[in-house]
Amino acid sequence: MTKKLLEVNGLKQYFPVKDGFLKTNYVKAVDGVTFHIDKGETLGLVGESGCGKTTVGRTLLRLYEPTEGQIIYDGVDITNVNMLPYRKKMQIVFQDPYASLNPRMTVGDIVGEPIDIHNLAKNAKIRKEKIISLLETVGLNSEHANRYPHEFSGGQRQRIGIARALAVDPEFIVCDEPISALDVSIQAQVINMLEDLQKEMGLTYLFIAHDLSIVKHISNRVGVMYLGKIVELAGSDDMYRNPLHPYTQSLLSAIPIPDVRLCREQERIILQGDVPSPLNPPSGCSFRTRCPYAKEICAKEIPLFKEYGNNHIAACHRIGEI
Amino acid sequence: MNNKELLLDIKNLSISFFTPSGEVKAVNDVSYHMYDGEVLGIVGESGSGKSVSSYSIMGLISDPGKIVNGSIMFNNHQIDKMTEKELQKIRGKEVSIIFQDPMSSLNPVFTIGHQISEVLKLHTKLSNEEIKKRSIELLELVGMNEPVKRYSQYPHEFSGGMRQRAMIAMALACEPKMLIADEATTALDVTIQAQILELMVELKDKIGMSIIMITHDLGVVASMCEKLAVMYAGRIVEFGTVEDIFYNTKHQYTLGLLKSIPKINADEHERLIPIEGTPVDLLYPPEGCPFAPRCEKTMKICLTQMPGYTYLSDEHYSACWLLDKEKFEGEKGE
Repeated sequence: MTKKLLEVNGLKQYFPVKDGFLKTNYVKAVDGVTFHIDKGETLGLVGESGCGKTTVGRTLLRLYEPTEGQIIYDGVDITNVNMLPYRKKMQIVFQDPYASLNPRMTVGDIVGEPIDIHNLAKNAKIRKEKIISLLETVGLNSEHANRYPHEFSGGQRQRIGIARALAVDPEFIVCDEPISALDVSIQAQVINMLEDLQKEMGLTYLFIAHDLSIVKHISNRVGVMYLGKIVELAGSDDMYRNPLHPYTQSLLSAIPIPDVRLCREQERIILQGDVPSPLNPPSGCSFRTRCPYAKEICAKEIPLFKEYGNNHIAACHRIGEI
Repeated sequence: MNNKELLLDIKNLSISFFTPSGEVKAVNDVSYHMYDGEVLGIVGESGSGKSVSSYSIMGLISDPGKIVNGSIMFNNHQIDKMTEKELQKIRGKEVSIIFQDPMSSLNPVFTIGHQISEVLKLHTKLSNEEIKKRSIELLELVGMNEPVKRYSQYPHEFSGGMRQRAMIAMALACEPKMLIADEATTALDVTIQAQILELMVELKDKIGMSIIMITHDLGVVASMCEKLAVMYAGRIVEFGTVEDIFYNTKHQYTLGLLKSIPKINADEHERLIPIEGTPVDLLYPPEGCPFAPRCEKTMKICLTQMPGYTYLSDEHYSACWLLDKEKFEGEKGE
């Protein structure tokens, strides 16, 4: 019944870095990621900085050319096609509402740019009407069209970014940390708006964030990334109630719960050390250097995905033993 | 209330920034006090005055900012009357600060060791050798592996979590009475944040210092703090123990904050309840209660007069006309 809108198979994204004379090393930002997103659903992607979640989002829009792997959108392999027609279907909202809006353009022109590129308005009047209706959709009004980005607060700017993404009537939007830069009281406004838009327009989201409670709130399914790989993927309730991978477990236990009593009862698994460099990831399981349960096998073999019922998949040698 | 010593006493503090476009009242009539060894959280959105009010404890308000009213007593020093020279003797010794972004608050051209030593050189009479020994000890104290090697490394060789540890080592070099942590864990990942918070609690007990946690994360507050000040538009709108504020919330803004965050343990999908509207423009603050334009329960009086504090107990107070209801009942506006 549900239809896959987007499929990603074995996606890899390596960035070259010069390492001394004539020697090139590769940052394995995304290292073999496979997942799909059904039409109308929200897939959340969480992980710490540098785990490759943003790169996944950008690569599947081909803002970066993938090193390896396949991206299938609506049944068509788009890994090597001209993206222009797909830019109309796939959009992105960026994290930083200060850096992602051109300060020299009026808000009307920022929102109107995609309309111009895709020739979506026959004449200036229709274009203007479209812009105004987009601004109204995101809770701004027609007066705002002639102003410049610096006149807006962070939350309003993020609304402008969303209006720009909606200008082409997309089916799929990558939301790359759309609320991390906003104040707490404004975050809920933007989250509610994204949910409403999804319902009204039947949008599909890839929601990237490091804030797990927000991701759980908005997503149907959640993928947890670590060092360029997805280590666990499950329905969001399932993931939070029954995390299987030790990394997911520690990540969940590390969030301070905003409730005094619950927070004091919370058992924390505090990981030691930092995330290893993606230039030189550990052999075998990439999490083993920080994993409290690591054994010999974890250094030797890369763990494969196994299903643990209910479409809950995880890649760890030691699930079942721990 | 108890036999703890009063460490910090801020009274009627107002700080304004005199900008070309007009006076910005960043902090407006703020009073609170802290006892030795306490952990106080200050929450509020950007521009609510939470950082500025705390920087004033170190005398870090510089042009065009000015303390226009009030007094700050810290550890028997009257901070607001002290000269720059006197302040320098206190900074880093009796009160230290760690900032949000550990990269921009460390000097990239000096080694970590050099930067920690600087504090010790300024405030102690230790010999160079002793200073080096102590610096390495400090790096070890904040949980840095291979402290001897780290001593001669530069900030760019450190990860975000390690830089923040180095900042903490520097801040604690002279075992200050108070540490101000200004969004110290905001830029860090959750697993690293958990490490740093644990470290701070551990060191607090070891050294016996007080901490002011400036943050916007109510989770961090719940896990660390004993008392909490909620700030909005330069004022403390509610103050109390964390239990008071989480379970006996009195101010509508605090309530709004608590309701707007998603609950990770929620079983069903609950829609979030945001605080509508946008934060106050401090250049043109509204008359009356600054939160009134966003408040759900605004009454007529809220739009014209600033509410005073209503004390619910010795240590729990809030500035909201609703608490003064008896007096104004039946006078509801639209």
